[in-house]
Amino acid sequence: MAEEKMTKKKMSKASKNAFLNYGIVLAFFVIFQVLSSTGILSNSLKGQLIPVVSYMIMAVSLNLVVGISGELSLGHAGFMSIGAFTGVVVEAVILSNSPAAATLSKNLGLQILILVASIVAGAIIAGVAGVLIGIPVLRLNGDYLAIVTLAFGEIIKNLLYCLYIYIDDTGLHFSLDPTSLAGTTVLNGPMGATSIKKISIFAAGIVLLLVVLVIVQNLVNSRSGRAIMAIRDNRIAAEASGLHITKYKMMAFVTSSALAGAAGALYALNYSTIVPKKFDFNTSILILVFVVLGGIGNMTGALIAAAVLTVLPEMLRDFQDYRMLVYAIVLILVMLLTNNERVKVFLAGLFNKKKSKDDAKEVA
Amino acid sequence: MMSDNNEKKTASESNIVNLPSDTFINKRDMDKPLVLETRHLGIDFGGLTAVDEFNIGVGATEIMGLIGPNGAGKTTIFNLLTKVYQPTRGTILLCGKDTHGMTPAAVNEAGIARTFQNIRLFDKLTVEENVKIGLHNHINYSMASGIFRLPSYWKEEKKAHEKALELLDIFGMADQADVPADSLPYGAQRRLEIVRALATEPKILLLDEPAAGMNPSETDELMANIRKIRDEFGIAVMLIEHDMKLVMGICETIAVLNFGRIIAKGTPVEIQNNPQVIEAYLGSKKDE
Ligand SMILES: Nc1ncnc2c1ncn2[C@@H]1O[C@H](COP(=O)(O)OP(=O)(O)OP(=O)(O)O)[C@@H](O)[C@H]1O
Ligand SMILES: [Mg+2]
Repeated sequence: MAEEKMTKKKMSKASKNAFLNYGIVLAFFVIFQVLSSTGILSNSLKGQLIPVVSYMIMAVSLNLVVGISGELSLGHAGFMSIGAFTGVVVEAVILSNSPAAATLSKNLGLQILILVASIVAGAIIAGVAGVLIGIPVLRLNGDYLAIVTLAFGEIIKNLLYCLYIYIDDTGLHFSLDPTSLAGTTVLNGPMGATSIKKISIFAAGIVLLLVVLVIVQNLVNSRSGRAIMAIRDNRIAAEASGLHITKYKMMAFVTSSALAGAAGALYALNYSTIVPKKFDFNTSILILVFVVLGGIGNMTGALIAAAVLTVLPEMLRDFQDYRMLVYAIVLILVMLLTNNERVKVFLAGLFNKKKSKDDAKEVA
Repeated sequence: MMSDNNEKKTASESNIVNLPSDTFINKRDMDKPLVLETRHLGIDFGGLTAVDEFNIGVGATEIMGLIGPNGAGKTTIFNLLTKVYQPTRGTILLCGKDTHGMTPAAVNEAGIARTFQNIRLFDKLTVEENVKIGLHNHINYSMASGIFRLPSYWKEEKKAHEKALELLDIFGMADQADVPADSLPYGAQRRLEIVRALATEPKILLLDEPAAGMNPSETDELMANIRKIRDEFGIAVMLIEHDMKLVMGICETIAVLNFGRIIAKGTPVEIQNNPQVIEAYLGSKKDE
């Protein structure tokens, strides 16, 4: 009897948080959908809707690595980049083979089909990149992931600078030589992708965000998520309890990478032009800021921080000169007022991590 | 390497037999294979030999004590058995099988579970979740079933929940299932570590100073519970402890370690009467 009651209480507590987040996302959708259809929303803000959703996904997915798995990643934008350009290529390939391409703007079904295909492909390729990075790095015990992901983000950017992709009669071609470009250019080195058909839809972005939340939150509240958090809290005890460390670190990292890839595809297909430089170190840090400000491991906080901090610079555009100043002040205020405790916990966590690494040598 | 005096045995200890291989085990375990056996086990840290020529055999349901002064190498032996450290030399046989090259996780799956002298809980997880980590390898559903909340997720999580509460109940902790592990008092944290270790369904349970920081009544309760665990689960227990009342009270055999080497092995009475032990261990204890 008493046990049964306890189960219920607990289930509802874990799922209450999850449902709160679904509610926030839906409310966000309804409010902005209404605002934009009634014309209250400025065009520039309207243009921010899909980027905001993309960054929310980035924040939630990075939180899986930083908050849940306890690893520092400084190259999350690199995975977004892979997803973005994979999505662009998939779109171009489908359109080049589709007789309906000419009427794309009137064909919502085709748009959604291409969008879904691009997002799935972006997620898969970014996930593969996550596997390739994770396998050598995550078996090491220490903060190597931060260094390697930092380098990864830069390497991806520089690789894209040298990459030229085009479609001609014989199909899709990859080249390192700009003079070889022929037919339809898909990717033009540092110039990026310049002829994207804008097919991302706000509603589709919201659906993707909800799917991402379901995946991340259900993962966290399951056997595997418990293992990931146990390894974060005490690696040695986790091993002694029979957990295979690398497996669960990989699970968190690869899932996170794939979701970032999905966000990247959604993001890229919202623009007609996108350059590799968009996904540089600054973007990685920006996403990390969302996670830290939202409270490490706190999905609700990450969502809100991503939304506010993406929209804010846009809303402050009227203040031109003082824009970044106000932005900085808001950042500091948010930190002081809402998350003071969590920031402290985070810093304490970093400190503890160092400590536990030291005493890992001498297990008692 | 071992006590060569003391052949006298009291009535209560007449069940302990000395095997030819210099191993003491209880008569009731005679027909069963040894759960744990070490041969010439040793480890060096740089120039320091922390453990050397460590030879023991543990019967299937034996409660064995490992005692010795501070820095004798007791915890190091647990770390060798659980592969936190790789031995410099010697072999460890778990139910007759060499554990050479196994990872700590694999050793746990093979049947060794432990607690830590410096408590190592999953601080941000609840008490129940800590136990569920112990149950992890006995909960059967995939990552995908968890994400999509398939029927196997609900079934297995319910089973795990019930099992976790049942195990916590051994120590009367079921009502604290929902509190974060790091908010428990010290003694309760030690008990939770034992429950978590037990949840992995070990063949042998290694307890590193389980009574440290406990008051006498808590220690008495712990002694009763260690015995209860051994009886109910039919497993062996090896424990490191400085509390002589506990060691002499529940251990059937004892190995005494000094400077990384076994200086005596035998029954509690034999150990208590061994002059070398009195000098090395009990003597030094008086100095503290
Ligand atoms: N990783 C390590 N590197 C170097 N020396 C170590 C290491 N681990 C243990 N030692 C040394 O091995 C010796 C035995 O240590 P151990 O922790 O096993 O002692 P103990 O018997 O458990 O003592 P206590 O009763 O104080 O817990 C000590 O001298 C210790 O300094
Ligand atoms: Mg010790």
